[in-house]
Amino acid sequence: MSDRGTALAAATADATDESYFIASQWTLMRRRFKRHRLAVIGLAVLGALYFVALFAEFFATQDIFRRDSDHLYAPPQRVRFVGEDGLSLRPFVYPWQVELDLETFRNRYAPDTSRKTYLRFFARGDEYDLWGLFPSRVHLFGVDEGTLFLMGADKFGRDNYSRMLYAARTSLSIGLVGVAVTFLLGCTLGGISGFFGASADMAIQRLIEFMQSIPQIPLWMALSAAVPRQWGALEVYLAITIILSLVGWTGLARVVRGKLLQLREEDFVKAATIAGSTSASIIVRHLLPSFMSYLIVSLTLSIPGMILGETALSFLGLGLRPPTVSWGVLLIEAQNVRTIALHPWLMIPGLLVIVTVLCYNFVGDGLRDAADPYKS
Amino acid sequence: MTAYVVRRLFYMVITLALVSVVGFAIIALPPGDFLSTYLRQLGITDRNQLTEEELQDIRERFGLDKPDYMQYFVWAGNLLRGDLGESYAFRIPVAELVGARLPLTVLVSVLTIGLTFLLAIPIGIYSATHQYSFGDYTATVFGFVGLATPNFMLALLLMWISLAWFDFPITGLFSSEYLDQPWSVAKFLDMMLHLPVAIVVVATAGTAGLIRVMRGAMLDELQKQYVITARSKGLTERTLRFKYPVRIALNPIVSDVGRLFPEIVSGTIITAIVLNLPTVGPLLFRALTMQDMQLAASIVMVLSVLTIIGIFVSDLMLLWIDPRIRYEREKSSA
Repeated sequence: MSDRGTALAAATADATDESYFIASQWTLMRRRFKRHRLAVIGLAVLGALYFVALFAEFFATQDIFRRDSDHLYAPPQRVRFVGEDGLSLRPFVYPWQVELDLETFRNRYAPDTSRKTYLRFFARGDEYDLWGLFPSRVHLFGVDEGTLFLMGADKFGRDNYSRMLYAARTSLSIGLVGVAVTFLLGCTLGGISGFFGASADMAIQRLIEFMQSIPQIPLWMALSAAVPRQWGALEVYLAITIILSLVGWTGLARVVRGKLLQLREEDFVKAATIAGSTSASIIVRHLLPSFMSYLIVSLTLSIPGMILGETALSFLGLGLRPPTVSWGVLLIEAQNVRTIALHPWLMIPGLLVIVTVLCYNFVGDGLRDAADPYKS
Repeated sequence: MTAYVVRRLFYMVITLALVSVVGFAIIALPPGDFLSTYLRQLGITDRNQLTEEELQDIRERFGLDKPDYMQYFVWAGNLLRGDLGESYAFRIPVAELVGARLPLTVLVSVLTIGLTFLLAIPIGIYSATHQYSFGDYTATVFGFVGLATPNFMLALLLMWISLAWFDFPITGLFSSEYLDQPWSVAKFLDMMLHLPVAIVVVATAGTAGLIRVMRGAMLDELQKQYVITARSKGLTERTLRFKYPVRIALNPIVSDVGRLFPEIVSGTIITAIVLNLPTVGPLLFRALTMQDMQLAASIVMVLSVLTIIGIFVSDLMLLWIDPRIRYEREKSSA
């Protein structure tokens, strides 16, 4: 009996071993990545964040520019199931009872427990054009009448929750676009430098050394201060993205160059050259794939830096500017300590920045471990 | 070795010349000049009080009527003579403005680096020797959260906590009553109350990053065979750790101090603006938004000089500490 058991175990081991040996590089990476629990969680959270950001119009509860002068700096309304009069199966919020404090001239808010504002799923609310293409009025949830400030309101009575979702679209995409630019610059220049060597290499190496000797944050500040005030939202967005990737590509280019210098002496490159491949096709088809995993890891790890950079620049008023919303732009409201002390919910966008960067770091860590073939 | 140093010094001079051109060009990039920004910031009544003559006076005094490249040559020429130029907004020499803030900038940076090392190195070693223990997980979580928190957020949070719970505003390095006072014991004590928050905020991100580096380097070393050999020969764990792996793991970190300093100076800029510290960072920010050309360009220049010297010193230290690199270099230059 026990013999059969061992034999069975050995057979299963063989089967798994075989699948291990025939698995491609990517399958192996995926398997190792799955073992890094924090990285998997990070990836899931990021996926959810990007999904919500993609359909921000639908997930938001109202138009982000709608002002409510009766609810300036309204605190968050808590979603409840249990009220004064017991359990309710439908979630609801208590509307705010607003009273003007005649000493400080600020609104005082108290929940009006005599009335209930019920939440409705797929509610009809403010009109929007999803991605500027599909007009609709349906929001995931909303209220028929009254107010719904899930995360409070800003100084114009605009809904913080909805603004944060729209801002997520800007803040989350800026990292991706920036990384694409970094990737393009780093691979092209590093590739030329490493593969052709000689004078091209010399020139590019000096350029990289020069870029690295300019202090990064003053360079970012000077360049963003140079973005003309009259530029439109899209132009400023692109300009800031390019500024953020201007520094990052140098490191990548160095790595690409180093790897190419090492690889171009290999036999398979000589074989390809003799077979008549052009330099470009050798780089793209044979050389880049051999260190692609490394590139992906370093790119993942460079996204958080860009998100933090955008947030900081916008926070200083040098980056994106209202009416564009990004997490950094929303945090401009929270610049003053007294404002934060009175209205702490204005800091929530900062929390989202932390969560996003944290997840990217976890995922990057997991990818790094997964991409390292010498790791047990 | 001498040839290497001479060649590096030569490249440094060229790089600095290039930085001065590019830096000046970028700062001159926004449309308009200092005068137009200045007029925009003045109220209408103030603006009307300025006569055309006074405007012309300002223009001539700062050479704003000349084309950008002429302004560059005037500034660069002065720079070669050791004159950093004049601030348009403050109407005093840049050297005076920067000079007044540089000692505090250096103080904050040096203390920050000190605190970073003091915290990160022991925690990193502990994390590595007690891998997957409760302490290691705590350090790891702290490290990741510290890296993910924007510095200015941390500054804001601490300011808020200190205001809400201790009713003690922590902006700036001095309380308002000491701002324009000459140095005294009371002013010094007052600064000692304000300094810690600034340093803690600036040091957090650096510490978080360094813990990860130190832990990784230590883990790599602890796996090596010489550690096992030393252990089998009966060395106590403590002697063994501090005599070999710790020293090797420290190598890259210590040799990187030169690079760390300019990084911290420019990294503190945003925190310094939020905390309103009297360092060069906020001055640069103001100069950039006001298009105070000579001030901004000179500060960028000073920071670049720091960065380049920092990189140079790191490379020299690496050569000095690690014979392998020295050997590589001699081989490649031969």
